[in-house]
Amino acid sequence: MAKPRKPKLAVWKFASCDGCQLSLLDCEDELLAVAGAVDIAYFPEATRAVLPGPYDVSLVEGSVTSAHDAKRIQAVRKQSKLLVTIGACATSGGIQALRNVADVADYARTVYAHPEYLDALATSTPVADHVTVDLELRGCPIDKHQLLSTVASLLRGRAPVLPDHSVCEECKRHGNTCVTVAHGTPCLGPVTLAGCGALCPKHQRGCYGCFGPAPTANPGALSARLAELGQSNQQIVRLYRGFNANAPAFRDESARLAKESA
Amino acid sequence: MSRRTIAVDTLARVEGEGALDLVIRGDKVEKADFRIFEPPRFFEAFLRGRDFREAPDITARICGICPVAYLMGACHAMESICGVNVDGGLRELRRLLYCGEWIESHVLHMFMLHLPDFLGYEDSIAMAKEHGELVQRGLRMKKIGNALMTLTGGREIHPVNVKVGGFYRLPEQSELATFVDDLAWGLEAAEQTVADLAKLDFPEFEHDYHFLALRHPDEYAITEGRLVSNRGVDVSIPEYDDILTEHHVEHSNSLQSEFLDGERAHLGPLARLAINSDRLTPRALKAAESVGLVGGSNNPFRSLLARAVETVFAFEESLRIVENWQRPDAPAIEVTPRAGTGSGCTEAPRGLCYHRYSLDDEGLITDAKIVAPTSVNQRIIESDLMHVAQANLDLDDEALKWRCEQAIRNYDPCISCSAHFLKLTIDRR
Repeated sequence: MAKPRKPKLAVWKFASCDGCQLSLLDCEDELLAVAGAVDIAYFPEATRAVLPGPYDVSLVEGSVTSAHDAKRIQAVRKQSKLLVTIGACATSGGIQALRNVADVADYARTVYAHPEYLDALATSTPVADHVTVDLELRGCPIDKHQLLSTVASLLRGRAPVLPDHSVCEECKRHGNTCVTVAHGTPCLGPVTLAGCGALCPKHQRGCYGCFGPAPTANPGALSARLAELGQSNQQIVRLYRGFNANAPAFRDESARLAKESA
Repeated sequence: MSRRTIAVDTLARVEGEGALDLVIRGDKVEKADFRIFEPPRFFEAFLRGRDFREAPDITARICGICPVAYLMGACHAMESICGVNVDGGLRELRRLLYCGEWIESHVLHMFMLHLPDFLGYEDSIAMAKEHGELVQRGLRMKKIGNALMTLTGGREIHPVNVKVGGFYRLPEQSELATFVDDLAWGLEAAEQTVADLAKLDFPEFEHDYHFLALRHPDEYAITEGRLVSNRGVDVSIPEYDDILTEHHVEHSNSLQSEFLDGERAHLGPLARLAINSDRLTPRALKAAESVGLVGGSNNPFRSLLARAVETVFAFEESLRIVENWQRPDAPAIEVTPRAGTGSGCTEAPRGLCYHRYSLDDEGLITDAKIVAPTSVNQRIIESDLMHVAQANLDLDDEALKWRCEQAIRNYDPCISCSAHFLKLTIDRR
């Protein structure tokens, strides 16, 4: 009897820092087991070997910021049975989506002597704005344990269990002292999706929203509380305009506040 | 003249996306363009108007492999503007965090990205089937580096615990103490790695490089010192822009940096050994002596060994810090913003990383300049490629392509950092 074919895993990169795909290589205890369970068919950061598509699971890191990449993501989708976006860039546009509220030509002139050499779109957009996405893993970076359990679930044909509550709830579960209540520290925990283990509050700082908005987020209420704590409109706008600046809940709230102070 | 063209879609085992174009006419390599078309993300533009305290976390996102280089470069620049000096136990803890990154990044590059070239494998996973002990050892060393980053920085990729002035939360002395056994194991494992890697065949290739690195009066420099070269450059960090300049060329979204006179600078582990061998810790110096790397080497392929020597150093230094650390009273020094311009320069695993910022009197950033090490090494990679390709024209196209890739990986290029798909084409006519 022929051996069953191993599922083919591909890892793709768009505009990003490489940190999310590095999370896979950072699974030091599990990497060889993962490599035994799948055929790593395309993963340029780790291997020269390339197996042809189609791919059973594609992990996509990074946002779409160039005309070239807008075409390339279509080709990735066509070759992938399941497409999973990993990280803040792929799921919301990343920190580079700050250009979406600025003039990209002005940005290009600030950094480059010859902006005409560049292929840069006016916006940095999430993969889901271009193709159908089957599953999203949030985070800047993603949580490697979440990545492992997701890949393991998908290989068994199950839907992975991912959090849908806020960082605030994680803090309560960990017994962390609330940095906002106790110290007046601005914190995006009430409106941010769980998954990091409430890392920032655990380190006695406010959450900076790297997992993006929670499904039930009510940023308007949080902004009012932050204003009571003495934060200026500009400061609150900057808080939302971080690694998930283009995620709808954060984008709309920062736009509302920016308009208010204009 | 015969003409052959080879196109390889992606240069693998580097961080980020770029391409190499080799043009060969008869028996002469005419051109080697190392192209970086990682799309630009415009960090230096969107940093304008941000609060000075936001720069470390934002710039960390330039690179997921060496975020600490960005966290620390930004912190040092801001602290120099605000007149703050972070010293004592806080400085030691920062050095420990940075040693964690050197271990994590160097071991990743040695075992998973570069060594497969020397042993003839497509990747470390294929290599693991026949060199299981070696790969397992690498993974364990890497894990310790990552654990150090988690201890001091809160997480391994994009640490959350670093701030201008120090840290958000200090670990307990007892937390550091749990690392002693692992670091002692790691130090021996790193020494064994130096001995094992020294047995490899290194391609014969030498070039008279202009090496540039930070040099410190007392220690193997990581975060502080003067910019010193093997050809007489010796300036302070704020004078960086007086010695190195950036150009924008059409084939790269990474600005290319070089000395003002057009000479190409070589940054990274070989440069550091060329400048700072006399500052190595005792066992690291012994390791360097055992493989003839005291004073560096003009063979860039030996950068693999240089990383192994520096891994010995990073474990030895970490062990020293962990065993002697005195927990400071406060996790950070209070920093009050003021208007001004300041710079910070640190030794990222792949070489000098420079930050310069200007602030207004509220502490908002009015100007930012960041030079990633690969921006500088890009020029030397191109010249190495010309020479390496020229010396290996007898190889068939597949073997020549692989050798060129290996030569690029000598520099552990981080393309995400420097900008800004690696496609390798060989055009022979």
